[in-house]
Amino acid sequence: MRCRAWLLAAAWVAPALAAPPDDPLRSPAWPYMAERYFAGQTVRFDAAVRVLMAGAAEDPLAVPVHVDADALADVREILVFADLNPITTILRYEPSELARPAIGFRFKVQQATPLRAAVRTGDGVWHLGGAWLDASGGGCTTPSQASGSGLWKDRFGEIDARLWPRADGWRRLRLQLIHPMDTGLAGGIPAFYLETLDLRDADGRTLAHLQTFEPVAENPLLSFDLGGRGVVSIRGRDTQANRFAGTVAP
Amino acid sequence: MRCLPGSSALLALLALLAVGAAPAQYDYRLAPQALGNGAYVFVGALEHFTRANGGNIVNTGYIDTPAGAIVIDSGPSRLYGEQQRALIERRSGRPVARVYITHAHPDHFFGDQAYAGVPVYALPATREAIAANGDALADNLYRLVGDAMRGTQAVAPGLPAGAGRVEVGGRALQLIALAGHTDADLAVFDERSATLYAGDLVFHRRTPSTPNADLARWLAALDRLEMIPYKTLVPGHGPVLQGPEAIRETRDYLHWLDAMLREAAARGVDLPELAELPVPARFGDFAVLRAELSRSAAHLYPALETQALRRLAPDVRE
Repeated sequence: MRCRAWLLAAAWVAPALAAPPDDPLRSPAWPYMAERYFAGQTVRFDAAVRVLMAGAAEDPLAVPVHVDADALADVREILVFADLNPITTILRYEPSELARPAIGFRFKVQQATPLRAAVRTGDGVWHLGGAWLDASGGGCTTPSQASGSGLWKDRFGEIDARLWPRADGWRRLRLQLIHPMDTGLAGGIPAFYLETLDLRDADGRTLAHLQTFEPVAENPLLSFDLGGRGVVSIRGRDTQANRFAGTVAP
Repeated sequence: MRCLPGSSALLALLALLAVGAAPAQYDYRLAPQALGNGAYVFVGALEHFTRANGGNIVNTGYIDTPAGAIVIDSGPSRLYGEQQRALIERRSGRPVARVYITHAHPDHFFGDQAYAGVPVYALPATREAIAANGDALADNLYRLVGDAMRGTQAVAPGLPAGAGRVEVGGRALQLIALAGHTDADLAVFDERSATLYAGDLVFHRRTPSTPNADLARWLAALDRLEMIPYKTLVPGHGPVLQGPEAIRETRDYLHWLDAMLREAAARGVDLPELAELPVPARFGDFAVLRAELSRSAAHLYPALETQALRRLAPDVRE
């Protein structure tokens, strides 16, 4: 009896979950994105997710984006994707309680597309923000500059970084890793990109975990707002198991 | 396409219909504003490229001489150049004598095609930049402007402009070779009318654009322009004026922009966050302010923000 009630409840809930809400950006790919990333989960378009980005890509190889979900409580994950890019997933960011739910990055854009940040809170709900980006295109199928110059061989894996105190008590970390971030979509150049980045404080506590994908721009320049104490240690790994590490002093 | 037998009459009919239905070509409604002593300007809209304005967001001009007019910049499209040339030749009653292109930005040189047979001059670096990037600039302008661009292709100016004094039809011009807005910016000073065609080194009531800018060189170029004994100044964008206001305004804005970007980079501000920083009220009524600021951030900030970072010591790398 109890079991039957559950089944009935499930049958009633399932169709409600299956229909994603109407897309305020009116993207032709929204139904596919909803199915791919959020099947069976609750999705809500939410102005609390702020996506700072220019309306048009000045440089399709490096479109600057800053996502800020600080208006939401209990953020577990920030997923960033671009509906109409040949590779849609850009990054997945998991800030710990010792990080502000905000991240800055650059990405490669192939054509005009919505850019979205989906923020998962502790209750399992996905809160979506985003905007259309106009672009003349070609960012994903263009060889990285590094493939042409060979310069990256001398500086590959180097990290430039700096930690700033912020007025609100968090600490702004900006870092740049020298890496070609090849998408695999340019002829004769296999995919080769940074996959994970972990940030810890002086006590070894995890501050944040980041997964990056092919569309992240060459020589990734990332911005984080962190808590924790003392130095921040950076540990990264790419698709060929190269490891990157560095420590930033306050 | 392979035609089926008997379909040629139908195709001919369709072709006729297509011709009949073809939209009228874009009319720029060019109207020269007289600046006195045979100097003229065509003032463009204080906007970004749109389909409605056909890309006419630029000031071009001409100086009449007994040997034909000297044209300064040919505008954003083939059609603009054709309409500009026809209007000038109708009014002056003579073929255009020569054209000067001030710099390699698409709103200033894409009318060159209309001046086949006329000597077109530009600084050497301008000619090189148009030859190298002209096609990409055309692609982008087709996307933004659409039909008014029909038939437009990049044509690099055929002749190098040298700095110094030249005479055309008994009229003396000073050609001033500068840089800063781009790698090569030509200003043209007409002595008789005391008119300075400043190109995009000077903006007025319109936010300066910076896709190829070097702010230090640009500021030095403004110092040089300020020494020219002009009465009338034609900025690259914005209303024509008498006096030093537009040069001061451009300098003021560039100084502020440079300082604001440097200060933000030193504080660790991320590029998209710049859009939220305050802008002084004195720039508040500049046309396309927020859009150009956002573009300038994209052009100028990456070099500054990476300079603010520090290389992590090799001994901490694994």
